[in-house]
Amino acid sequence: MNAPTTVTEQDRAESAQVRERLVVIGNGMAGCRAVEEILARDPARFDVTIFGAEPRVNYNRIMLSPVLAGEKAFEDIVINGPEWYADNEIALISGDPVAAIDRDTRTVTTRSGHVEAYDRLLIATGSDPFIIPVPGHNLDGVVTFRDLDDVDKMLAAAENGGSAVVIGGGLLGLEAAHGLTLRGMKVTVVHLMPTLMERQLDEAAGFLLKSELERRGQTIVTGGDTAEITGRDGKVAGVKLKDGREFAADIVVMAVGIRPATGLAKAAGVVVERGIVVDDHMVTSDPAIMAVGECVQHRGACYGLVAPLWDMCRALADAACAEPTGYTGSVTSTKLKVSGIDLFSAGDFSGGDGAEDIVMRDASRGIYKRVVVKDNKLVGAVLYGETADGSWYFDLLKKGEDISPIREALIFGQAFANGGPSLDPNAAVAALSDDAEICGCNGVSKGKVVATIEAGACSLDAVRGACKASASCGSCTGLVESLLALTLGGEVQSGPKTLCKCTSFGHDDVRRLILEKNLKAIPQVMQELHWKTPDGCASCRPALNYYLLCAWPGEVEDDQKSRFVNERMHANIQKDGTYSVVPRMWGGLTNPKELRAIADVVEKYNAPMVKVTGGQRLDIFGIKKEDLPAVWADLNAAGMVSGHAYGKSLRTVKTCVGSEWCRFGTQDSTGLGVKLERMTWGSWMPHKFKIAVSGCPRNCAEATIKDFGVVCVDSGYELHVGGNGGIKVRATDLLTKVSTEAEAMEVCAAFIQLYREQAHYLERTAPWIERVGLDHVKAGLFDDPDSVTRLAARFRHSQQFCQDDPWAERAAGAHADLHQHLAEVRPMEFA
Amino acid sequence: MIGDWLDIGPVDQIAPGTARTLPVRGGEEIAVFRTQNGEFHALVNKCPHKHGPLSQGIVHGGVVTCPLHSWNISLKTGEAQGDDKGCVPVIPLKVDAGRIYLLREAVVGRKAA
Ligand code: SRM
Ligand SMILES: Cc1cc2nc3c(=O)[nH]c(=O)nc-3n(C[C@H](O)[C@H](O)[C@H](O)COP(=O)(O)OP(=O)(O)OC[C@H]3O[C@@H](n4cnc5c(N)ncnc54)[C@H](O)[C@@H]3O)c2cc1C
Ligand code: SF4
Ligand code: FES
Repeated sequence: MNAPTTVTEQDRAESAQVRERLVVIGNGMAGCRAVEEILARDPARFDVTIFGAEPRVNYNRIMLSPVLAGEKAFEDIVINGPEWYADNEIALISGDPVAAIDRDTRTVTTRSGHVEAYDRLLIATGSDPFIIPVPGHNLDGVVTFRDLDDVDKMLAAAENGGSAVVIGGGLLGLEAAHGLTLRGMKVTVVHLMPTLMERQLDEAAGFLLKSELERRGQTIVTGGDTAEITGRDGKVAGVKLKDGREFAADIVVMAVGIRPATGLAKAAGVVVERGIVVDDHMVTSDPAIMAVGECVQHRGACYGLVAPLWDMCRALADAACAEPTGYTGSVTSTKLKVSGIDLFSAGDFSGGDGAEDIVMRDASRGIYKRVVVKDNKLVGAVLYGETADGSWYFDLLKKGEDISPIREALIFGQAFANGGPSLDPNAAVAALSDDAEICGCNGVSKGKVVATIEAGACSLDAVRGACKASASCGSCTGLVESLLALTLGGEVQSGPKTLCKCTSFGHDDVRRLILEKNLKAIPQVMQELHWKTPDGCASCRPALNYYLLCAWPGEVEDDQKSRFVNERMHANIQKDGTYSVVPRMWGGLTNPKELRAIADVVEKYNAPMVKVTGGQRLDIFGIKKEDLPAVWADLNAAGMVSGHAYGKSLRTVKTCVGSEWCRFGTQDSTGLGVKLERMTWGSWMPHKFKIAVSGCPRNCAEATIKDFGVVCVDSGYELHVGGNGGIKVRATDLLTKVSTEAEAMEVCAAFIQLYREQAHYLERTAPWIERVGLDHVKAGLFDDPDSVTRLAARFRHSQQFCQDDPWAERAAGAHADLHQHLAEVRPMEFA
Repeated sequence: MIGDWLDIGPVDQIAPGTARTLPVRGGEEIAVFRTQNGEFHALVNKCPHKHGPLSQGIVHGGVVTCPLHSWNISLKTGEAQGDDKGCVPVIPLKVDAGRIYLLREAVVGRKAA
């Protein structure tokens, strides 16, 4: 099959001399389509010869995915069979790639030495798959996904079952993974980015896609950077990631991207940048040479999808047949060809700048839709789970039509926007019958919601409380709001504050639903609770990150990008962009070794200031972000760890000297303070948390303005809570009195856990207790005799995962990108 | 855009939803952002309010929230959003074959204020 085959040479027209000779390099989708377009305009104009590297006729490359998946056979995907070449007197020279173009003699030469002369040359060589040059990339069993030979290799590997690793979670990689899964292989997809298909999907849709593929048995590794392909006897054995993880593999599919195949053109001296540079008529820098398809660069853009090729081929044929129209570039849209997964994306959905997102989520049906509107035009769309309106959106987008008349209904799709009873969503709701179901989760009808409102529920929250409508997944919130507006006119009361403008739920509802619905990732919360924005905002992201960490200790991954700078950098940002560093001094105690280490750091890194803080420890100021890991390494070496002066977490435990030295001291307040700090450090909380232990009621450690304060007395320990010395001073409430240190510690752990589980993000203990009342807190701790034990046990469990010094991790090189500059620019004049 | 482009390295140096910095000797430090959707933008790393380092803020949509006093700055235009008024210079950026390029004259022509 690999021998050159010439289909129609003997039949070529006698009149060959009078026709121009068109030679096409590339028997793929663009090359043959261009010929089709030319034939349609002027069948007698050219003598056509097509060279193809692949030993076969013109087929539909995009259907290789269904062939791999077993849904189609090669015969089904042939576009032009041998008869097409014969009927149109086209000479096909396949299986013999062109090796050189000679522009002076206007000839091309193939690998086997065949020389063909041209008047016009068309380069349509497509793309080459990109292979990341990691060790092992040339082992037997590493394949790409570009042509039928690749598919055959994958099918041969799949015959024995086994496992496959696909490197690259883009369109091609996922289609390969799908096919191999259907063929019975155990498939792992390793993707460098945190989101699958990140160029086409936003975080929300990428998350849904990942969950669905995982449900189908694939292992999806995002953020996975391949270090090496391991081998055994010259064959692949597995893939090793830079973080040390390893996956076994009998075959490795590299699908990390493509590069325009420009080698021939470049060698011939045709202008090539990223692709072969063409004008609007697909003519290269040499007027006798045209180029089309994935190998070209037009107005700065290179394409990797077929839709633009059709437009290019049309313009090319118009120009070649002397009626130039010109190609102006394409807007593209993407669909994933994986059966049972509906996914569509088009245009620009980056948001920001006068662009407005309209988001619709239906968690029960697994639907996420987002359209982006700018200047009253649709500029982008991402659809997951229901893509029927994709082409309608794409059409609106390409035409740049003014969508303001249908704006309200846009997200509901074409049927609603064009033919719906009215564009006013309230009117649509008004038209529903009384027994129409509004809330599917709780089975509440329209009649019941209206009755509830008429009975006095004047806010969304009141309705949720009284009849449960929209209290579960929230997808019917819009309907309930419409009913409120219809029933009450202008008298709708806004309920308690929502978490932020991205959601209709308040903090408590979000926390409750995270537990009830077993939600374990930020995009999942946003989907299931019908967030109105695609990826939240600077208010809800940190809150959700905390709520998840609190709800599922050890199970969920901390989302660094949802953390405020101080918590991300483990230091306090200063007004000039440098950082301050506060090492922990347990209970305010220190020693010569620590003091020396601090003094050395101050000198070594030229820290402009070091100061005793209000929290009984030392603060080193003016450290540059790139020096932080080294500073921490030095402090670690003296046994010091992070003081979390930056965290929504335990800050300090302030102590006084106590019974060890003080003539009034009743108990060892210093020792208890150190023990409390050892127990509680590292824990993430709704807000910062401060503790103090005073040795007697003179209260030198100011325990009665702390979140948790201990005042020692002869008979034991008074435990105080909810104090604040900050913006609004609040003295503590007495919570209880205990007689042993152990009890004091147990109640402290329980109180912290209650606060962690119940307070709103960014609510300190003082406003929390003001809001819920001291009695509520007491009831939560003491009504049930086991509560303290249970809460304290939950606290200790979660501490298991928090008490690793974050500084040590950074000093050892974790998250180096947060500290290092990309590079430094040194312009000549400053060098 | 015509002019010289400065290659500042591969795109995968910046994780989506984060930013990294590029100091310029004798000039203004630049913050290079990558949004959640994989778009790249570069701004002078100085908030129009009180010069907070924008590179250290939380990135959401096409906006960064300044770490010092929470102004929201558009990554595309450098304009403060909402009621805040101010603008930070945008450095023209392009991505080509997996590498990030900044317009040289915008990078080096900007003397530190
Ligand atoms: C360093 C320090 C001042 C000092 O030099 O002594 C300090 C510095 C800051 N305090 Fe404080 N506070 C410091 C002790 C206090 C105290 C005294 C105490 O803890 O005994 C208080 C009053 C007690 C209290 O918290 O109830 C205090 C009440 C505040 C408040 C108001 C909190 C409130 O609930 O009203 C804020 C603002 C906030 O947290 O939102 C704040 C915020 C800040 C911030 C973090 C401002 C910020 O957001 O960037 C300052 C960071 C400076 C830095 O980079 O280090 N700082 N701050 C003290 C560090 C203690 C430590 O060792 O960790
Ligand atoms: C598995 C798969 C699935 C895809 N799915 C989709 C999809 O769903 N939607 C979509 O829009 N796009 C999809 N694509 C992309 C689409 O197939 C390409 O955009 C399209 O094929 C590009 O056409 P082309 O003619 O430029 O390149 P090709 O179709 O690759 O044709 C180029 C031809 O030139 C030949 N050639 C190269 N060098 C030489 C030489 N020196 N001499 C002779 N011949 C040479 C090659 O062998 C090849 O046959 C998919 C691609 C793959 C691989
Ligand atoms: S009192 Fe104000 S100025 Fe002083 S450290 Fe605290 S926050 Fe900063
Ligand atoms: S410096 Fe950026 S908001 Fe103040």
